[in-house]
Amino acid sequence: MSTDSTDLEWENVAGQSPMSSDQSSSGLSRRQFVQILGGGLLISVLPFPALGQQGGGGRGEARGMVVSARVHIAKDGLITVMTGKVEGGQGARAELTQAAAEELGVPASRVQLIMADTGLVPDDGMTAGSRSTPSTVPAIRQGAAAARNLLIAMAGRRWGVEEKAVQMRDGKVTDGTAGHELSYADLAADEGQSKALEQSIPSGVTVTPVKEWKVMGTSVPRPNGRDLVTGVHQYPSDITRPGMLYGKILRAPSYGAKLKAIDLSRAKAMKDVVVVQDGSFVGVAAPALFAAEQALMAIAGTASWEAAEHPSSEKVFDYLREHAQGGVPKNPFADEMAAAGKSLRQTYHVAYVQHAPLEPRVGVAEWQDGKLTVWTGSQNPFGCQQELARALNLSRDRVRVIVPDFGGGFGGKHSPDAHIEAARLAQAAGKPVLVRWTREEEFTWACFRPAAVIDVEASLDAKGALTCWHFVNINSGGSAVDTPYRAGKIKCQFVGSDSPLRQASYRALAATANNFARESFMDELATLAGSDPLAFRMAHLDNARLSAVLDAAAKRFDWAGRRAKKEANTGVGLACGTEKGSYVAACVQIAIREGRIVVQHVCEVFECGAVINPANLLSQIQGCITMGIGPALREEMRFQNGQITNASFWGYGVPRFADLPELDVHALDRPDLPSVGAGETPIIAVAPAIANAVFHATGQRIRQMPVKL
Amino acid sequence: MEELIKFTLNGKPVEVTADGDRMLLWVLRVDLGLTGTKYGCGESYCGACTVLVDEKATHSCMTPLKMVQGKSVVTIEGLANNGEMHPLQRAFMENDALQCGYCTPGMILHAYELLKKHPNPTEGEIVNGMEQNLCRCGAHKRIIEAIQAAAQAMKGV
Ligand code: FES
Ligand code: FES
Repeated sequence: MSTDSTDLEWENVAGQSPMSSDQSSSGLSRRQFVQILGGGLLISVLPFPALGQQGGGGRGEARGMVVSARVHIAKDGLITVMTGKVEGGQGARAELTQAAAEELGVPASRVQLIMADTGLVPDDGMTAGSRSTPSTVPAIRQGAAAARNLLIAMAGRRWGVEEKAVQMRDGKVTDGTAGHELSYADLAADEGQSKALEQSIPSGVTVTPVKEWKVMGTSVPRPNGRDLVTGVHQYPSDITRPGMLYGKILRAPSYGAKLKAIDLSRAKAMKDVVVVQDGSFVGVAAPALFAAEQALMAIAGTASWEAAEHPSSEKVFDYLREHAQGGVPKNPFADEMAAAGKSLRQTYHVAYVQHAPLEPRVGVAEWQDGKLTVWTGSQNPFGCQQELARALNLSRDRVRVIVPDFGGGFGGKHSPDAHIEAARLAQAAGKPVLVRWTREEEFTWACFRPAAVIDVEASLDAKGALTCWHFVNINSGGSAVDTPYRAGKIKCQFVGSDSPLRQASYRALAATANNFARESFMDELATLAGSDPLAFRMAHLDNARLSAVLDAAAKRFDWAGRRAKKEANTGVGLACGTEKGSYVAACVQIAIREGRIVVQHVCEVFECGAVINPANLLSQIQGCITMGIGPALREEMRFQNGQITNASFWGYGVPRFADLPELDVHALDRPDLPSVGAGETPIIAVAPAIANAVFHATGQRIRQMPVKL
Repeated sequence: MEELIKFTLNGKPVEVTADGDRMLLWVLRVDLGLTGTKYGCGESYCGACTVLVDEKATHSCMTPLKMVQGKSVVTIEGLANNGEMHPLQRAFMENDALQCGYCTPGMILHAYELLKKHPNPTEGEIVNGMEQNLCRCGAHKRIIEAIQAAAQAMKGV
């Protein structure tokens, strides 16, 4: 059975009116749910503000009441769980499935998870900021636990026993008496319960404690793994609709260029070609991609543009500093530092990089009876719904966004783009339209991880202890800008700037840049203090969880031994950091070969509280390390005259098999601590550890990402 | 120019009347409805579109349809045998050698060619052999492990 939400037939439910009073925020009524999922028991979530102890899952707070279904139990006992989270390879599908299965007392294979279909699921907020684990997992567990409690209560009533006496085993309850057995199918078939539909999850329903976990804490595999390895799974790129056209969009020749005039007549004269112009938006659609490309080419040559000034990547760091909002903050400890025995000041630069998910952006849009359905690979389905409603002047309940599991996002796929383009063309064409960005469009018109200019200055006392610490991030962001290291006086600041490229979140946000600067600078300070980099850090750490991962990584790596055994042209380096409640430390060994850096070995220890899925955690950590090697060694966007000059996988060097170091990854399980996300923080220690290893190998300090010798 | 191209697709003969200069990737995906073969770059730099042409791993995004005239093409949909997954497919699942899975069809088909050449590949041979395939999720280590596991499973087959 496929768990792909696109299998569900929207046509069955479209255009039903009037909506009944139990209509959900997605515009779907109870009756429509029944048509899709079959009769049975539907358990709704409470309005978001009441959900969870950790501040709620999404933006429901701002949006007011969001009440829709979380768990559906069909009369045949099939359990369907609904979530607004998306799957882009980070493993949410497995993790959320197991969260539900744990509380329902069933194996993970019994739970079907519908993700990210605004017509069917509650708004769990966008999939970003490592929120799925700390927010959505608890929300789903509460919904599932409520369903389990209903079954137990029903059994208690039927058999006239106390609920305490009712045991749950393999999805069935019993009180030990022969013949006394009830399942979820019985619950769904129970008339009384079915009348009490739309049960609300009581707040504070108790969930299974970690030590009793049976499904959580185990390596539940990707539920749709088979569909992925056999090519059956339909990514957003693979959606086709009857009569679908292919769209192409006119792009400006350079950033900021304004369209002055264009002659559309040649495209309009082409057979079966639809041409749309709305201000600077110009697009065409045709029954074949090739025809759409031809049509676009025919009119692109007639366009005249007014170019805009745009700084080049070579000058971008000066540009960002000059445009720092409110100016670059002054060092508040200047006098103390001048008087200190030892002080140091350095500047670090981090280049713009791109997520470059292997699946480029795509949107498929279809209009029917004034309603719009869009398939797209977005990390923010409800945000897309709102953007589409705004862009096309529709009420939200006339827009349905479906996000099939997609080919990578890494924080970059939540901007309004291909799905709106497709919707506009489809509206004009009166037919479904697919817009797929080319790799070049992706590299040029998607978004980028912000570049950073970071100034750090600090002073040491006679014993080598940090006395003052001043840290300023210009442009890239405030994530992990605060130092975990003790110092007499500390000021850490972020100031915005005027980014010449379109910026967006990227795995770990600015924590990578901030940690790169801080951990590189700590290494320089250790040298200034005459200390070992490990000892110097440890001496300034008060955070036991951070010290624990650093200590564990250093031991696994044999930091002291490897450092002492240094050979020519090789070096070791380490770095650690914390962000979003998780902790990471990395030790690396590099070699310099023919003027190039080869990362030979990475030992990383990571801690994110209680581990929910060890295999997926391993994949996330390995993925972060591998991905992190790219911007550390090579990846950078180059631009000039408003054009990206390396907009291909040829010019932009993402990590490859040959870059893969020996990986020694270790997760510290802390069942005593709440689980937090793991898809981001493991990336932040990679680049500074490499930079510090280069210093160890060559004596040359590295103060920019990517590292340049 | 429209022409009649005959080739074997996943073991069955097919005939396509189409412009022979169109790239095989789009003919497979659009005309033949086989969407398991992915677009990642269209420039032969990523390997997402890899298929087997006469058992050779080939970038379908840069292979004009007319080039497969009379040849045998295998896509990810054709690798399983009567619903029985190929050992590589099983090994990719069992070793969690994928995250988003978008690179996976290309990876598996390239690994298929690799194992033909090196039934017992060393890690170095896998790294060299798979060099043209990109994985943005960073599943490389487990992909190598999966290929090794598949090689073991295929021993004597
Ligand atoms: S799509 Fe063919 S190699 Fe990238
Ligand atoms: S698994 Fe996502 S690109 Fe390889």
